[in-house]
Amino acid sequence: MITDALLLSAILFVIGTFGVLVRRNAIIIFLAIELQLNAVNVAFVAFSNLYGIDGQVFVFFVMTVAAAEAAVGLAIIISIFRHYETVDVNNFNFLKW
Amino acid sequence: MLISALIQGGGHHLGAGEYVPLVPGLILLLPLLGFLANGILALLHGRASANAVREGGELDLGDRAGRPSTHTWPSWIGPGVMAGAFLLTLVNFIRMFGVELHDPVIMSYWTWMATGTFAVEAAIQLDQLSMIMMMIVTGVGFLIHVFSVGYMRDDPGYPRYFAYLNLFVFFMLVLVMGASYPLMFVGWEGVGLCSYLLIGFWFGDREKSDAGKKAFIVNRIGDVGFLVAMFLLFAEFGTLDFVPIFGEAETLAYGGGLITAITLFFFLGAAGKSAQMPLYVWLPDAMAGPTPVSALIHAATMVTAGVYLVARSSVLFALSPVGSATVATVGAITALFAATIALKQNDIKKVLAYSTVSQLGYMFVGVGVGAYAAGIFHLMTHAFFKALLFLGSGAVIHAMHEAYHQTHRHADPQDMRNMGGLKAQMPITWVTMWIATLAIAGIWPFAGFFSKDEIIWQVAAFGGAEAAPFPLLYTIVWIIALAAAVLTAFYMTRLMLMTFHGISRTGERESEHLHEAPTVMWAPLAILAALSLFGGWVNVPEALQTSWAGLGGALPTTEWLHHWLEPITEQAHHIQEATLGELGHTAPFGGGEVLWAFISTAAALLVVLVAIRIVGSKEIRDAAEDKTQLSGFGKLLLNKYYVDEMYDRYIVNTVRRKAEFFWKVVDVGIIDRFLNALGWVTKGVGWGVSMFQTGAVNTYAFVLTVGALIVLGVSVLI
Amino acid sequence: MMVTILFYIFAAVAIGGAIGVVLARNPVGSLLYMVATLGAIAATFVLLEAHFLAAIQIIVYAGAIMVLFMFVIMLLNLGHDYQGDFKVGFYTTISLVVTGAIAGVIRSNLLGVQGLEGTGAEAIGVAVQEFGVVGAIARPLYTTYVVPFEITGILLLVAIVGAVALAKRNVT
Repeated sequence: MITDALLLSAILFVIGTFGVLVRRNAIIIFLAIELQLNAVNVAFVAFSNLYGIDGQVFVFFVMTVAAAEAAVGLAIIISIFRHYETVDVNNFNFLKW
Repeated sequence: MLISALIQGGGHHLGAGEYVPLVPGLILLLPLLGFLANGILALLHGRASANAVREGGELDLGDRAGRPSTHTWPSWIGPGVMAGAFLLTLVNFIRMFGVELHDPVIMSYWTWMATGTFAVEAAIQLDQLSMIMMMIVTGVGFLIHVFSVGYMRDDPGYPRYFAYLNLFVFFMLVLVMGASYPLMFVGWEGVGLCSYLLIGFWFGDREKSDAGKKAFIVNRIGDVGFLVAMFLLFAEFGTLDFVPIFGEAETLAYGGGLITAITLFFFLGAAGKSAQMPLYVWLPDAMAGPTPVSALIHAATMVTAGVYLVARSSVLFALSPVGSATVATVGAITALFAATIALKQNDIKKVLAYSTVSQLGYMFVGVGVGAYAAGIFHLMTHAFFKALLFLGSGAVIHAMHEAYHQTHRHADPQDMRNMGGLKAQMPITWVTMWIATLAIAGIWPFAGFFSKDEIIWQVAAFGGAEAAPFPLLYTIVWIIALAAAVLTAFYMTRLMLMTFHGISRTGERESEHLHEAPTVMWAPLAILAALSLFGGWVNVPEALQTSWAGLGGALPTTEWLHHWLEPITEQAHHIQEATLGELGHTAPFGGGEVLWAFISTAAALLVVLVAIRIVGSKEIRDAAEDKTQLSGFGKLLLNKYYVDEMYDRYIVNTVRRKAEFFWKVVDVGIIDRFLNALGWVTKGVGWGVSMFQTGAVNTYAFVLTVGALIVLGVSVLI
Repeated sequence: MMVTILFYIFAAVAIGGAIGVVLARNPVGSLLYMVATLGAIAATFVLLEAHFLAAIQIIVYAGAIMVLFMFVIMLLNLGHDYQGDFKVGFYTTISLVVTGAIAGVIRSNLLGVQGLEGTGAEAIGVAVQEFGVVGAIARPLYTTYVVPFEITGILLLVAIVGAVALAKRNVT
């Protein structure tokens, strides 16, 4: 079952990556990133069956960080939206000089 | 008490003990300090002058009373350091005089360079040859400095002039006092530099600065020869100091390829510096500089550096018959060639310039036939009378210049056609210059007679030696030397007649303003005249001593210079005796030394009279009205055989075209284009890479992912 | 046996939800699909003997984070966005290729997993017996990993302050 779990993790991760690359809506991109993180969590838990409780502790931390990151990231998106009235990442070329 | 202490030096009494020189380094240092002091004054003057111009005017130097210190102090600093140097040299000379020095005294101050097996010390060599040269340089130099005080008084560049002049003396002293070839070369180059600076002293005039450039460039061509000779010497001996080289020189094969190459290359350098064929062309142009400069550099000192080089390297030249023969032949041809050109020149300084070239040829003839002492002797007497001639002509030009200045006439003050009858207005100059003329013509008992005669005789003796190489060549050289002597008498007389005798062509209004030179200018003339009269008596040859020429033994110091220089030349003479056998005793067409001395003096005197006849009867117009069109040979001589024009067409233009090619095609076309292309490519790459900077977030995410993929992929593969 | 079947069911739900997240047009729809996926993953956690984490997953992830997302979507009034979010074109194809490459890389790593052995499950079981489900995680958290724990606390503080600072309206 561990192998299957890892396979699940891999598939979820790949789907998440695809979502990051393809979607235009910033919030949906975030969502896809969360999906990637969850896939990684699954992998950790699967390995904890082999190597002990440490895997689960790590998942704990991942979740915490994911929460913090989501909060901050969404705050950023909100502040961008205030200026530009859109969350379409194609329009965000502020890094261009 | 002080004087005897100075002379004896260190408590040894005369005639015994060692030679203890008295701070010889100071002799070098004094002119250098003079240069620095005068240089600072020149800079100050430059600043004051720039300030004055900025306020909309020129810097007024004022008359005698109100001169700024930048123009009064050099009058004391310039000649002052020279006087100091001369007195020191005199003391050292007297000390050496009493000691009978056999080996040179070398004083090393610091190590200039030491790498691997090659080491050169900053050392000076004090021996008889360097001492004689030092006396000439500081003595005549001092007189010329004094003369310059009067001559250059109204020139705005006064402090700069003395700075350069002092610097020149410094380098010349380095040249003659150096203990090794590299050190001599430092002096060699240094005097070339100062020559350039002084010839182009009035650099505002394009022609004059071009003359300076020409001198330097032609000198450089010769310097290549000097360098190559040094390289060869180092390759063979591993050192470039005089004493070791001359000690081991005899290990080289007599007449072998190496020694011949060395001597020929050295002579190339000497030809450049001493204006022999084919590198003489810079000397006539060098007359663009102030006349005292011409006197010092181009008569008495710098141009004699080549002769000094050959005399110093006497051992090397004695070992190479081909090298010596080349020196003598080139010297002779140059002597005749230049003398012919001098016959037709109208500029007083040009006549003297070609005369210098010719007399230098004589000196080379002397050292080319192994008569090193004779060559140095002629160098010494020539320094006296040629400096006198130049300074005298300087006095004349000075007077003419002032006269024209007063009447605002624009004519050439140096053109002899504008002169005439000056003996009335400038009697001292007239007398002294006649003394010099008789000296240079080689008329007894003036100085030039003894030195020139000695050389001519030595040619005959050398050519008549038992195992002389190329005896026929030396006969021809001898004939050429005689012919050149005759011509010398002629053109010098012509110069004197056109300048001082006959009717005055200067113009009536101008003539009123002509007057004798001030004391500061005629006093050196008088001293040099005395030297030109009595200077030859220091080396009366033995054969002549008892004859009429030596006043039946009344003239003192038989062959003093010969004996004095013997420690220097004896090694060369041994080699000569070993290889050539005994020298001849009769001239090519018969007759001994006394006879030919008589013939040459009589011939010179005759030529002087003939010249007076010919030139005196000619009607000379002043330069503006002179319409004589010379034709044929005369035209050729006036235009100096068109040598400069030929050089220009065949050499200078070729080099210039090559240079233009390298400039336009290679430098601009290839190298610049290549570098620009590099810049252009960099810009293009930058532009291309900037495409990555879209600022679009999802592109960045994409690239990030691809990057991660690559890292992952690599980790899998490995 | 039962476990395996359950696992496959939940896995299918998870994957289906994931695909839905990526392909849904409406953002709200994406969100809901995400919730489904999270739920399925929580179930998977249970099957993998990570009970506490399953609970946390539901509470924190599905409960808090997803609600936060929903807040933001509603705040920005994006719920009406029915236009197609991505069109099938050059960019999506390339993305597909890259994703496939990643998949391949992962797969080739997975091949080495078969032979791994460990005693983790037993150890977890023992810990759970002794300290309870929560205690099994709490023990290492507060002993071995106490420093990261504290730092995480600071991190959350920073995140809170940052989020407030960023989202605040500028006082005019």
